[in-house]
Parts: sequence; structure tokens; C-alpha cells
Amino acid sequence: MTPERARELLATVAGVTVAATPTAPIVAQVLTEHWLDAARYVKATLGCTYFSFLTAIDWKADGLEIVVWVDNLDAKLSVQLRTRLGADQTTCASIVPVYRGANWMERECFDMFGVQFVGHPDPRRILLADDWQGHPLLKSYAVDTPHPPYR
Amino acid sequence: MEIKPPVPQVPVPIWKNFKDLQEWEEHHQSRPETGDKHSSLFEQVTEGIHNFPGGFALTTVADGFFNWARKSSVWPVSFGLACCAIEMMATFASRFDVERLGMVPWASPRHSDLMIVSGTVTIKMAPMLERIYDQMPDPKWVVSMGSCANSGGPFRHGYHVVKGVDRVVPVDVYVPGCPPPPESLLNGLLLLQDQISHFRHTGKRAAPTPKVD
Repeated sequence: MTPERARELLATVAGVTVAATPTAPIVAQVLTEHWLDAARYVKATLGCTYFSFLTAIDWKADGLEIVVWVDNLDAKLSVQLRTRLGADQTTCASIVPVYRGANWMERECFDMFGVQFVGHPDPRRILLADDWQGHPLLKSYAVDTPHPPYR
Repeated sequence: MEIKPPVPQVPVPIWKNFKDLQEWEEHHQSRPETGDKHSSLFEQVTEGIHNFPGGFALTTVADGFFNWARKSSVWPVSFGLACCAIEMMATFASRFDVERLGMVPWASPRHSDLMIVSGTVTIKMAPMLERIYDQMPDPKWVVSMGSCANSGGPFRHGYHVVKGVDRVVPVDVYVPGCPPPPESLLNGLLLLQDQISHFRHTGKRAAPTPKVD
């Protein structure tokens, strides 16, 4: 599996647009409804079995973007999957059925960005206290937001 | 059987009731002190003995003895929160060796007199810290070690940090630094011993004598 071959294969998947940049990670922009299928394809066909990380970006008015980085360590192949949730959208399909390592990452993503992962087996907060209100890494979250009783 | 949660004695302040951040800060600054760390009955008895003719001789001798005993065996609970804990360990280790001051790092709050809050206190950690403090027997002391424990430090404007551990437990000595070297912590512990040696009426806090360099 060479990067060129992987690029060709990815371009044939429904809902996936591969970025034209020839640099190391293959950046694939995925439509939200094809998110789980794209992850499944990348793991099964491209052999990217190593789940590196999952995070989100807050593009303010344009909504949130989920970023997943997976690797095929044997072929030295890196794929970055991105999906735009759209303005005011906070739901996204969970990829835990494909990558078990995404479990805690998605919980952290919910903690920090408030993304609801549909199909997650254990959707609780992981880093912040259970009674926390708000999602601190959103751009709309004010610095110095107080938290009684300790703040 | 229904288990009822305990009713808090002091109502928890609600953020909505405060006009702005400054008013909230003032509320925290003007909190009532928790007072001296002994029972009121004990206080009445010692006051009675002290005011009895000739009784002051007994209380001053007892003060000297109790203060000497207390300050000679301050056992800190070994409780590290962040990178300051590394410096605290260095202070406990052989080069700086606080054991010669009678301080044995002890792994149980039930047997300890001193809590060294070494590092950043997060909002999630604060209830646990409070619980450890409550588990310690009286008289007990708290040393706030490092900028984070003193005021929040570089993380003061972060979303998850308690802006000073004195919002959770009463603090006796603040040790500045980020992190404070073992010499600083040692100086703080000596200051604490100085404070303890100035307790009056077997446990009542008195202002320490001003030091002139």
C-alpha cells in the first residue's frame, strides 16, 4: 500500500474528498453521514489499524470540525479524516465500533467541545467533574467563568 | 429506607447572586475565619485557669511544653499534587532531611498534623483535598506550596483551576515560587514551627514576634 495507491482508493469512497496536497498525511474531508463508513474503509482496506488521536476544532460560526488521525505503521501511511458538523450541529457518529481507542478520546471531545457521539458505549464526562456546566474549549466559553463553590 | 444528603451548614454561594467577578472576589476575601483549632470548652477552661490568681504560671508553662511538643513533631501527610511534589520529595530526602526537624512524611492523614499542598488544585480535586483535610486530627496546619496553590499561578485564568487553595482550606504559611526550591519550603516549614511556638493558652493563635533581619 503506497500513499499514491491509498489516495486513489480513498477518492473512490462515497462522501470522501481527498485534499490535493501531496505532503505526508493524506487529508480526507468526509461528509458527516459517511463518517463511520469512511473510518471502517480506512481500517479494513487501507490497513490503518493504529488509532492516533481524535480531537475537534471550533470554527465559530461555521461549527465544529472533528479530526481523526490514523496510521498504517507497516506501510508508513498516515491518514487524517476530517468532518464538518455544520453550524450549531453537535451530533456525530461514534467510531468506537471501528477503533476501540476512540472511546476515551470521544469522551474527552464531549467534555471539551460538547460533541454528542451517537452510538458511543459510555457517554460520560471523563476529565471534568460530573456536575460541570459548559464545555471549556469552545470559543464561546468565557475565560474566568466561575465555578461555585471553589471557582 | 431513604438516605438523605447532609444539609450544608453554610449555604453555597450561587454565582448568579453576584453582580460581577469583583464582587465574587470580595465575597471570598471577606469570608469568616475558621478560628482557632480547639474546642470552646477547652478554651473556657484554659481561660479560667489563666485568670485565676497565680494560674498564669501554669498556663505559660503548659504553653511552652505543648508548643515545644507540637512543633517538634509536625508530621506532614505525604500528598503530592503536581511538579511541586518533586521539590517536596527532595526536601524530605537525605540532602535537606526535614526529619531532623521532627517531620516524618506520613502516608495517612489520620496520623498527620500538616498538609503541604504541593501543586495545582483543580476544581475536580478540591473536594478530595477538603476530605483529606477533614480527616486530619486537630491541631492541624496547612502549608501552601508554590504559585499554583497560592493563587492559581500561571493557570489562574484557566477554566479548571481553584484560584488559591485558601478557598478550600485555611492556610498557615504560603511558600512562593514556581516551583519553590527545597530551601524555600524548608524556610516555610521553619516559619510554621515559629508560628506554632507562639500559640498561647495551649492552642490559641498569637501574632509571631516580628523578625528583624
